[in-house]
Parts: sequence; C-alpha cells; structure tokens
Amino acid sequence: MLDTRKLRPEFPILERQENGKRLVYLDNAATSQKPRQVLEAIEHYYRCHNANVHRGAYGLAVEATDAYEAARTAVARFVNAWTREAVVFTRGTTESINLVAGSWGRANVQRGDTVVVTAMDHHSNIVPWQILCQEKGARLRMIEITADGRIDLADYGKALEAKPKLVAFPYVSNSLGTVNPAAQLSKLAHAAGAVTVVDGAQSTPHLRVDVQALDCDFYAFSGHKMLAPMGSGALVAKPALLEAMPPYHGGGEMIERVWDDRSTWNKIPHKFEGGTPNVEAAVGLGAAIAYLEHLGMERVAEHEQELARVAIERLSQIEGVTVYGPRDHRAGVVPFTYGDVHPHDLATILDRDGVCIRAGHHCTQPLMRRLGVAATARASFYVYNDVDDIEALVSAVRKAGELFGVLTS
Amino acid sequence: MSGPDLGDLYQQTILDHNRNPRNFRRLEDANRTAEGNNPLCGDRIHLYVQVDGDTIKDIAFQMPLGAGCAISKASASLMTDAVKGKPVAAAEAMFQAFRDMLAGGANAPGKLAAFSGVRAFPSRIKCANLAWHALHAALQNSTEPVTTESARDF
Repeated sequence: MLDTRKLRPEFPILERQENGKRLVYLDNAATSQKPRQVLEAIEHYYRCHNANVHRGAYGLAVEATDAYEAARTAVARFVNAWTREAVVFTRGTTESINLVAGSWGRANVQRGDTVVVTAMDHHSNIVPWQILCQEKGARLRMIEITADGRIDLADYGKALEAKPKLVAFPYVSNSLGTVNPAAQLSKLAHAAGAVTVVDGAQSTPHLRVDVQALDCDFYAFSGHKMLAPMGSGALVAKPALLEAMPPYHGGGEMIERVWDDRSTWNKIPHKFEGGTPNVEAAVGLGAAIAYLEHLGMERVAEHEQELARVAIERLSQIEGVTVYGPRDHRAGVVPFTYGDVHPHDLATILDRDGVCIRAGHHCTQPLMRRLGVAATARASFYVYNDVDDIEALVSAVRKAGELFGVLTS
Repeated sequence: MSGPDLGDLYQQTILDHNRNPRNFRRLEDANRTAEGNNPLCGDRIHLYVQVDGDTIKDIAFQMPLGAGCAISKASASLMTDAVKGKPVAAAEAMFQAFRDMLAGGANAPGKLAAFSGVRAFPSRIKCANLAWHALHAALQNSTEPVTTESARDF
C-alpha cells in the first residue's frame, strides 16, 4: 500500500472539512484531486514562462514552447507511445474520441459499414459513433456483457464476423471497474480488419499503460482523472494513421501554408492542434505524470486494487448491499446499491458525513438497462485514499440504512 | 459549522410517502398525461390526470422501478394527495407556493411544508420539483416531456 499519511498533505483540498467532518473523497472515477506539485507547476508556468507557443521569435515564447513540448514527451513516455508525434493534446477523452470519429471516421466509414462499441462503454465512446453512423448510414453494433460484468467474447467474435471498420471499447469500465483484455480485443479486431479505439479514461490514471503492447490504433484519455487539470488530455495514435487523416479543426497552428482558397497542413501532431493550445493544462499534465511516475504505476494499481478488495468485503457484510462488477480483474471502482434506498438519497446521506460518492447512471445508460437498475452508488479510489476512508464510507452507509429502515428483499 | 440536519430533509412524512406512495398506479381514465425526466440522476415520472371541467377529478403517478429517489417519489405522492379534487387554478397556485418555498420563500400549505428542509440541500431541489413541473405540463396540455434541464426555475 502507498503511504497515504505522507501523500495526503500534498493535496490541499483534503484539508477542508465537509459538514464538520474530514473530507472523504471517493469520486475519483469522475475526477481526481490535485497535488501541490501540479498546482505549483501551473502557477510557475504563468509566473515565469507564459507566451504563445510555436510562433514567437523571442526567448519567452521558446520557453513556453519547450514547456508544452516537454509535456508531450512525458505523455509519450508514460503510455509508451510509438513516437512523441503520436501524442495529440486535446481537452480530454471526449474530444479525443470525437477527433477520431470526426476525422478518421468521416474519411473512412461509409454507408453500410459497421462500427462496434460495447454495452459497457461510457456515453463519450458511444454517442460520437452514433452521430457518425447516422451521418454515414452505417450500422452501430453494441457488444453485450456477461452476467459478471465483462465483455461477452462470444458476442464480440460474432460482431467481428461483419468485418467492422472500427471497434471501440473501454480499457477499464467506469461503471463496473472491469479491466478488459484490451490487447486481446485489439488483436481480434485487427484480424477482422478493423481499427481499434481504446477509451483510456479509467485506465491511464490507475495502471501502467503501454499502447504499443496493446497494439491499439487510437488511445484516448483525460488528464483531470489523473491529478492533472481539467481540460487536459490526449489522443495517442499510430503515426501512420494520423498522417493519413484529414484535419479536425481548422485554424492557426495546424496549417503549413494558406492560400486564398486552400491550405496545406502542418506536420503531426500539430495538424490536429488548431488554435492556441491549453498550455497550462499540458504543463499540469506533465507535472501529474512526474508525480505518478515517482509513486510508480504498479504500486498505484496495487494500492487501489487492495482498497477495492477491502471496500467490497466490508460493504458486502451489510445486509441488503449488492456490489456490481466482476470479482477479479477489476480496478478501484466499486459500484453498489443498498436495498430500496435510492443511490441519490444514499449520496446525500453520505455527504453529511463528508463522504463524496457518485450516484446515478455514470454516463452509461445502455449498461444500466442491462444491469436492470436506474442508478447505482459508486465509490472510486485513488492514491490518497486509505482504509480509514472505507470505514467512513461503510459507517455512513449503515447510517443510511438506519434512517431509511432498508427493505432488503 | 455542521450544516443542515438530515432529519430536516428526510422528515417522517417524506420517508412514509417514499415507502408507501399514495396514488401510485396507472390511471386508465386520464385525459391528461405528462412525463418528467431528471437526466442527471435518472429519475422518471409518468403522471396521469383526469380533469373534469375545471377540477382535477383524479390523479396518479408511476415511476419505473428504482427510477425515483425518496424526495421525488414522496413529492409526487404528496402532490397527488394535495391536488386531488381541487380546481386546476388551486393546483397551479400550490405549484407556485411549492416552488417559492424551495426558492427560499415561505412554507407551502399543509403537508407540503414537509419539503421545506430541501431548501438546505440545493442538489435535491430538482428532485422535489420534478412531479410539480410534470403536473404543470399536464394541466397546460403540453405534449413536450418535462426535463429538469429545460425549466429555468427547476
């Protein structure tokens, strides 16, 4: 386990009190808190190096560009990208996936083609493909999940028989915590001739990611779930695909030459980074990566898996609690319901004890329908959480049971 | 600062109506219906109203299994009790009074005052208002589904 007594003081927000109680932040799958090191990196950037990137002829602009490009190098190293040019900065996972749908998708998906997603995908890895398929007259095929919350490999195999153009899936499910066999899924999809899009929003913060080992074509993630600022994130893609793709947003920076009636495009990744980029977000992401690398991603993963194990064990001891998702191969995401207490009421009651959890459909409505629930409560862990946080969670859940007089059948 | 008490939010009346919602059924004779949706939390309500002249002769509601939190379900239940048999104008006035209460105004009349504690829990005001907005839509004969994201004063 990580030494949370040492880590917690580095996260200023954890010092605040919530309704007179210690803040127990268990909504890390939604967003993470930020350490002093990240906050200071952003402030330092603005205090000492701020200028527009890639265009100034003066020293300050060179420093800003260096800071921005150093963050790109850090991302490339962190996920073992093919090259640093394979890293396109975006506002996060949603924009990354929309970039693939809007550029690669529009250029390659045609009427009658099939695009495959899974029933455990987040709306951000479903809706862009729905929009694309509706525009193109293509077919969207959703892979079913098994009773224990995994991708149904039999159904996956069946879907691949239709020779889809593109297959999209999450590495880790935000609603179930399932860690999917991403390398295997990618290999099968490639054998069927598809390109693969991996939603890495819930994997990048929590386990060691190696996109070359996964051999996916596109990998999307957000910085804000991994200690970095909101509005940071990247699309990591095979360079040959990025080279062949048309631009996504037109504007400054993404061009090579502009004529009255046409333009030529800048090199990758700049071709996809039109306009002034969010340099502070990139710098913050670089600092967050340094923080996580210092902890070691194997240790981060172990820490969260242990917390999830303890949370599942302790919650399951409460009569009437149902925990969703697989028993093993899961990340630090623990979705549950408690008798007939609606998750929203549960979240309100927990909040009175300073315990922040998420309640709702978690942007996975197709999955909720399959689970047969309208909503779940979800506790999700990160590096600063410890067993005391789980005790606070469990005792607040018991309190909710007393208030509501839970009906468990 | 320890903030508002949970007992102010989950008053006994609300817990009771959540556990045993009144008028919780489909109303076959309804001549007005409305759908209410809170897309953030997945709360969904189907409201059935039978209007006879200027009077709400009967009213009932349903929520898909698990699709209503205690606040939204109890609010719908208490609302149906409060407006049943009342003139349409009186129901609209109650809606206004209820909305005003949650916006920080005086308590709404009768048992509806049980929701006064919701004021201290801003994230739950939408839950309490959902059924009332659906009623308003039904009485206006609006066919648009009500969503907590469209009404300005939700």
